[in-house]
Amino acid sequence: MQFVKLTIDNKPVEVPVGTTIYKAAKKLGIDIPVLCYMNLEHMGIENKPAGCRICVVEVEGRKNLAPSCSTNVTEGMVVRTNTMRVLNARRTVLEFLLSDHPKDCLICPKSGRCELQDLAIKLGVRKIHNEEIAEMSTYKKDFSPSIIRDLDKCVMCRRCETMCNDVQTVGTLSAINRGFMSAVAPAFEMDLIKSTCTYCGQCVAVCPTGALTEVDHTPELVRALADPKKVVVVQTAPAVRAALGEEFGMPAGTLVTGKMVAALRRLGFDYVFDTDFAADLTILEEGTELLDRLTKHLNGQPTKLPILTSCCPGWVNFFEQQFPDLLDIPSTARSPQQMFGAIAKTYFADKIGVKREDMVVVSIMPCLAKKYECQRDEFKTDGNPDVDFSISTRELAHLIKEANMDLNNMPDEDFDNPLGESTGAGVIFGATGGVIEAACRTAYEVYTGKKLDKVDFEQLRGLEGIRAAEVDFNGFKVKIGIAHGLGNARKLLEDIRKGKSEFHAIEIMACPGGCVGGGGQPLHHGNSEILAKRAAALYREDANKPIRKSHENPMIIELYEKFLGKPMSHKAHELLHTHYHDRSPKIKIKD
Amino acid sequence: MAESRVALKRSEVEQLKAVCREFNNDPGELINVLHKAQGIFGYLPAEVQEVVAQELNIPVAKVYGVVTFYSFFTMIPRGQYPISLCTGTACYVRGADKVLDEFKRLLKLDVGETSADGKFSLNCLRCVGACGLAPVVLVGEKTYGRVSPDQVREILKEYGYEV
Repeated sequence: MQFVKLTIDNKPVEVPVGTTIYKAAKKLGIDIPVLCYMNLEHMGIENKPAGCRICVVEVEGRKNLAPSCSTNVTEGMVVRTNTMRVLNARRTVLEFLLSDHPKDCLICPKSGRCELQDLAIKLGVRKIHNEEIAEMSTYKKDFSPSIIRDLDKCVMCRRCETMCNDVQTVGTLSAINRGFMSAVAPAFEMDLIKSTCTYCGQCVAVCPTGALTEVDHTPELVRALADPKKVVVVQTAPAVRAALGEEFGMPAGTLVTGKMVAALRRLGFDYVFDTDFAADLTILEEGTELLDRLTKHLNGQPTKLPILTSCCPGWVNFFEQQFPDLLDIPSTARSPQQMFGAIAKTYFADKIGVKREDMVVVSIMPCLAKKYECQRDEFKTDGNPDVDFSISTRELAHLIKEANMDLNNMPDEDFDNPLGESTGAGVIFGATGGVIEAACRTAYEVYTGKKLDKVDFEQLRGLEGIRAAEVDFNGFKVKIGIAHGLGNARKLLEDIRKGKSEFHAIEIMACPGGCVGGGGQPLHHGNSEILAKRAAALYREDANKPIRKSHENPMIIELYEKFLGKPMSHKAHELLHTHYHDRSPKIKIKD
Repeated sequence: MAESRVALKRSEVEQLKAVCREFNNDPGELINVLHKAQGIFGYLPAEVQEVVAQELNIPVAKVYGVVTFYSFFTMIPRGQYPISLCTGTACYVRGADKVLDEFKRLLKLDVGETSADGKFSLNCLRCVGACGLAPVVLVGEKTYGRVSPDQVREILKEYGYEV
């Protein structure tokens, strides 16, 4: 590798050819402020349109200031990042950005976590020159079931566009118009609900300002909790416990399961249950379906392979819109969130003698697509949804703080029974590869009739975007594919479309890292180390569980004995399975 | 830009697909494809952009992004008699703005709009290379030179304009 020597703020540094000034400065501990820049190192994707000009620096011998995020270093370069000229330019640029930006910071949903606000603080802006001549933009707000777009707050950093196009390959968002009218929007400026948006929420996760935020369901939740007539049941997704602590200053990867349960109980939930229970249930349904299709395949009967997991609602939206020709391949099993809701409002409601309409089921999810999923018509009975509303990890953190609680001071408490009982297989659903590992633990034992010596399938773990592994089912080698991030999923799906896929089963998660990197999680700014730590926390919880295989969950066994019969039974189909719709955009043609 | 929705005829879709094929369905040729498509349809309705996106295998949002970025592209149907005024430097200093105002006043149109009956559309362009004739007005393929505001009504009358 070739190296170049340069000096930044009078300090010498040596970096490989092709390094940007920004990264070279970082090596010296010099933190040049950025706004549009975003580095997703583990995915090899960098967003550096050099559009915001916040990161400009002075380069000796160069007339104009250079954007450090996208200017490569050269031999002998002399860079200054904090001269009067640089500071003035940076402040002017920021003032221009602020001049037409709404000033409702106090009540903005991004307040306190806004990178534009952080910059204004860092640069000590106290007056915005030119404000009086700036025209405020007046885009209409777009309210979808999951995501709110408020383009008046868009600074055109285009990070969302990078996530939507390069990472997820969904292609909903693009820069449109020019000059003052420029914005990031779906085609023809249609609302998200009419577009191909999957609600994965990765755009929200990277938006530096309040332009993209999640729909906040906490006011409805507080109302439900205050209503004495309602029995409010909560379920918490596996990935939440591995990230919630970050919002309370704990290091990434801190498990807060017990503290979270205690906090939820103190918030007034009548029953604190675990989505992990439903994850175990998912394994029995999805695993049985997998074995059913595999057996047919081995007997030469007609069937569809590979089977694709279906727990991720962003992923379901993606294939309904972009792969309508493959709707018969994914498992018909509902997601754990929806299985939980269906069981809570039937089996559990009957058990405690509460009418369906008097029960409110809330889910705490690392996800924004879950907000959309629980509103889908197929998950309603007489207009009453199985899951009333879903709130994100971030919203839960807010709610806990609002209720004068600090997670750090909570005792550890256990989930309620029966829907709080879960196994280690359920908890790893939150990491990429976890669902298929959980499925393997059960499918292996059911298929072979033997006990697994070792329940850990290390070959299925990791953060590589696409992974392939073989699991030996007593001589029959089950070929497994794993993809996380919809861009990676697309590659596996295109292979299936071309008949080139050799996999028997594929796990797909819409968000990079799986649910631990979900659009509703504490912001990780593309740092894959945080994702790895969260995933490690889930595997730790799994390893410490007394039961680690879904089919051994005593409450699941009881549920089948008393209520469902057996996996894939008529009742199970009615409550735990779904069907998919072709939602691909159609071009109108006149005959 | 407003959303304009039409249903394309199957033959029109085929024609568009042929244009895309001419450019090897190469996403890098998007601008050329759109240029040619606008030549055929006179404008770029949503459906045209959707077919182009599908054929070049790029998101329709990207196509729309390009259509709205370049002022040459339009999603508003051109009138039967498209009127283009040169507002380049030479025409401008010789009073193109006053000529434009007269067109706007008589047609009750703004720049970029098409009359309700579909007869006239009004647009500006930059320099047609006939600065000696400034200010220049084009109606369809026909060029009018040294146009003054009081000639505007006469020009429009040639195309069936009635007060």
